[in-house]
Amino acid sequence: MKIKLFYFARLKETLKYSTEDLDLPADVVTILKLKAFLAKRGDVWGEMLMGKLKVRAAINHELVDDKATIADGDEVAFFPPVTGG
Amino acid sequence: MTVRVQTEDFDLGLEISQLRMARKDTGAVVSFVGQVRDLNDGDTVSQLTLEHYPGMTERSLSLIIGQAKSRWDIFDALIIHRVGTLQPTDQIVLVAVSGAHRGEAFKACEFIMDYLKTEAPFWKKEVTQSGEHWVEAKQTDDAARERWTIGHESIE
Repeated sequence: MKIKLFYFARLKETLKYSTEDLDLPADVVTILKLKAFLAKRGDVWGEMLMGKLKVRAAINHELVDDKATIADGDEVAFFPPVTGG
Repeated sequence: MTVRVQTEDFDLGLEISQLRMARKDTGAVVSFVGQVRDLNDGDTVSQLTLEHYPGMTERSLSLIIGQAKSRWDIFDALIIHRVGTLQPTDQIVLVAVSGAHRGEAFKACEFIMDYLKTEAPFWKKEVTQSGEHWVEAKQTDDAARERWTIGHESIE
């Protein structure tokens, strides 16, 4: 399953990625599983995605929770709680 | 409905007059302007940088206006949000709502602002005396949004 991933704000800065194209293993089908999959890349990934920091996710520009299902071709994004206005 | 995400400043008078003149049965235009403060959590702020998620931001702001229109009897709504680097006293956001009467327009304007603060994908980074840091989300902003959900479906 191929997806496009985006990172914003503190996540982008710390992970040193703003975007990447990923081909996910067949069992990575939810936001939570995607976080766990990325966390395996190492310390800073685990800290950012599975640590104490609150991380919000969006699929195709819509805010979703950890249980949300990912489909082929989706645009997924991870970012901290928003602080606009 | 108008949603603009831009680096340039905006002219409050011009925007309000366009909303006013769009319909002759308009009786009220309520607006909110947010500005960059030189103080946050006791630290002096010299500069602010705003990042956003192009595409999702516009979608999110349009959905918020749509929700306001379905809840209150208003004519039109406008959101302008600036991104990029800003200084204290710079205008950062404008929300304006037109309608026949003030009551609905006041409520819709506050609703839009409360949802924008907690749902629209913008992030602020401050430069202060102690260095650069990302602004933390405030629980008081979540609480302000929650007031509107009592007896209503969430928009998420």
